Amino acid sequence: MAKRTVEVALSTSGLDAEGRPQRTPLLVDEGGRVTTLEPPPAIEPELEGEHMLINIGPQHPATHGVLRLVLELDGETVVRCIPHVGYLHCGFEKIGEYRQYNQIIPWTDREDYLNSPGNNIAFALGAERLFGVEITPRCTVLRVIAMELSRIMSHLVWLGTTCIDIGAFTPFLWSFQERERIYTLLEQWIGARLTTTLTRVGGMAADIPDGWMDGLRDFIRTFPKTIAEVDRMVTRNGIWVGRTIGIGAMGPEEAVNAGLSGPMLRASGVAYDVRKDFPYLDYETYDFDVPVGTQGDVYDRFLVRMEELRQSVRILEQAVARLPDGPLNVDDARLILPPKTKATSEMESMIHHFKQVMEGPRPPIGETYVAVESPKGEKGYYFVSDGTPKPVRWRIRPPSYVNLSAIPKLVEGHLLSDVIAINASIDIVMGEIDR
Amino acid sequence: MNPSADRLRERFPQAFVRAEVVWGETTVFVQPGAVLDVVRYLHDDEAERYDYLSDVTAVEYRDLELPLQVVWHLRSLPHRRFLRLKAELPKGAPLVVPSVFPIYAGADWLERECYDMFGIRFDGHPDLRRILMWEQYQEGYPLRKDFPLRGRFSRSEQLRQALAAQPESRYSMHELTIADAFEDLPQDMRQRLARGERTGE
Repeated sequence: MAKRTVEVALSTSGLDAEGRPQRTPLLVDEGGRVTTLEPPPAIEPELEGEHMLINIGPQHPATHGVLRLVLELDGETVVRCIPHVGYLHCGFEKIGEYRQYNQIIPWTDREDYLNSPGNNIAFALGAERLFGVEITPRCTVLRVIAMELSRIMSHLVWLGTTCIDIGAFTPFLWSFQERERIYTLLEQWIGARLTTTLTRVGGMAADIPDGWMDGLRDFIRTFPKTIAEVDRMVTRNGIWVGRTIGIGAMGPEEAVNAGLSGPMLRASGVAYDVRKDFPYLDYETYDFDVPVGTQGDVYDRFLVRMEELRQSVRILEQAVARLPDGPLNVDDARLILPPKTKATSEMESMIHHFKQVMEGPRPPIGETYVAVESPKGEKGYYFVSDGTPKPVRWRIRPPSYVNLSAIPKLVEGHLLSDVIAINASIDIVMGEIDR
Repeated sequence: MNPSADRLRERFPQAFVRAEVVWGETTVFVQPGAVLDVVRYLHDDEAERYDYLSDVTAVEYRDLELPLQVVWHLRSLPHRRFLRLKAELPKGAPLVVPSVFPIYAGADWLERECYDMFGIRFDGHPDLRRILMWEQYQEGYPLRKDFPLRGRFSRSEQLRQALAAQPESRYSMHELTIADAFEDLPQDMRQRLARGERTGE
């Protein structure tokens, strides 16, 4: 196709020697469409090839916490990225070695604080395997409900903050409104909103109150509308698509090798979901799909998380339908405290209560690694017990820590503004990374 | 028991120490020096295909006579298997194991954390620096059992060190090679950098 060059006055950014606006040549094809614009002259040619050091964080709103990235830039392109973590390190694992098993559960709230019920449950599952107890059917279903609510909660925060990072404000308000409804439900159930401490080893801290299920049903009924609204607003939005497609892509083999998990790994096309591959809490009996991406870029991670929200609603529907009556906690005197009325009226129960609280239950000698599918990926707890009431070693396998370790590869060659989008797409929680 | 344990016993008779099953999870103990070969076999062999490294960590028992254990949690996504690999490092000897970074890129930060918390050196890791603690941290390795819960230094000493910290120590030597940052450094730091040193070591 023949191309002709026309001169168009583009802007008044520069004036020529006679004081008229500079003319920049444009390529126009026969249909009259502008196809290519010649690159504007370099403003500061002497800077070419010289690299710049940019420090982002630790106190920067777009790093989602106290993450610090040191970037080497060539113009606007990232040449190298050196992440620094540890600003929030509190030594959770060390403190856990000085606490009884039930006393560690409040610490699990505070690592991945967007997913506290999920952490409580993961911890309890691990400790229960170490103690060798089977939880009751009612407890299992209630835990599935809490787990999926917490996944929705975490994904909503991710959705809102990522939209803000990329420049859309409204989805943030909508998603935080929905998140508030889950917090209200949790508050009715357990009394706390953010740091729930929902479980105990062998059961839950409390049963759901009367009428709670109606609130949950109401949420399940109306929540998909909000997802659909955000979907309509963002998924085909030109700005959103332009900012996310092809950004921070990683292939399946590389993603598995880098140890990525959760939506990060599934966006790269690997259908690894702990709920399907290594089931716990009877997840194999629920009917749900694992969404998988093809490109592994920021857009695919967004699509995967959006679909996971819908799948979580599906699981919630099934869990609500099958919630059985019956006891909530295991019938095991090693683990469960006697009722308060008995503890204040009977000598044996009082002694039992005292020993339980002061010394704590003793697991047998052994070790176990229990992994669950947290919103961020494979969240594992590794316990080693030497038969005393306190663990020898309590290890958290933090999914966002391993996911974040891939960021130097993900951002390389992208623009500085894409670093923010890529960082948001990893869905990091610094509380979990630094522990 | 995970069938991989028996295959490891046949294939690595020298390196294989023992295998045990606790709560349905198979643990294979191997000689520390052979870890890289064992992991490479587990990763590459068609029957094994442990392509996913879940975790690298270490365990020190309260009984200080017992050896320190380095733990690898491996998953085979195609075969849906889980295997725990352990190597025991006796007390008194240098704490060194081979790095599995050449096989799993995901081992990068996990090994750095293990080094940071336990002082175990991963031979062959390209960038074994502290990660959660800062690079100038002098108090030792926090998750070792001889490390007190409150830390080794007194509060006043910790405060003194924090106040005396140099602003450029926030950047590693590695980073200071970028752009003009190097030219603005004090003379002694430039010399240390020229010798290939890193901050805090």
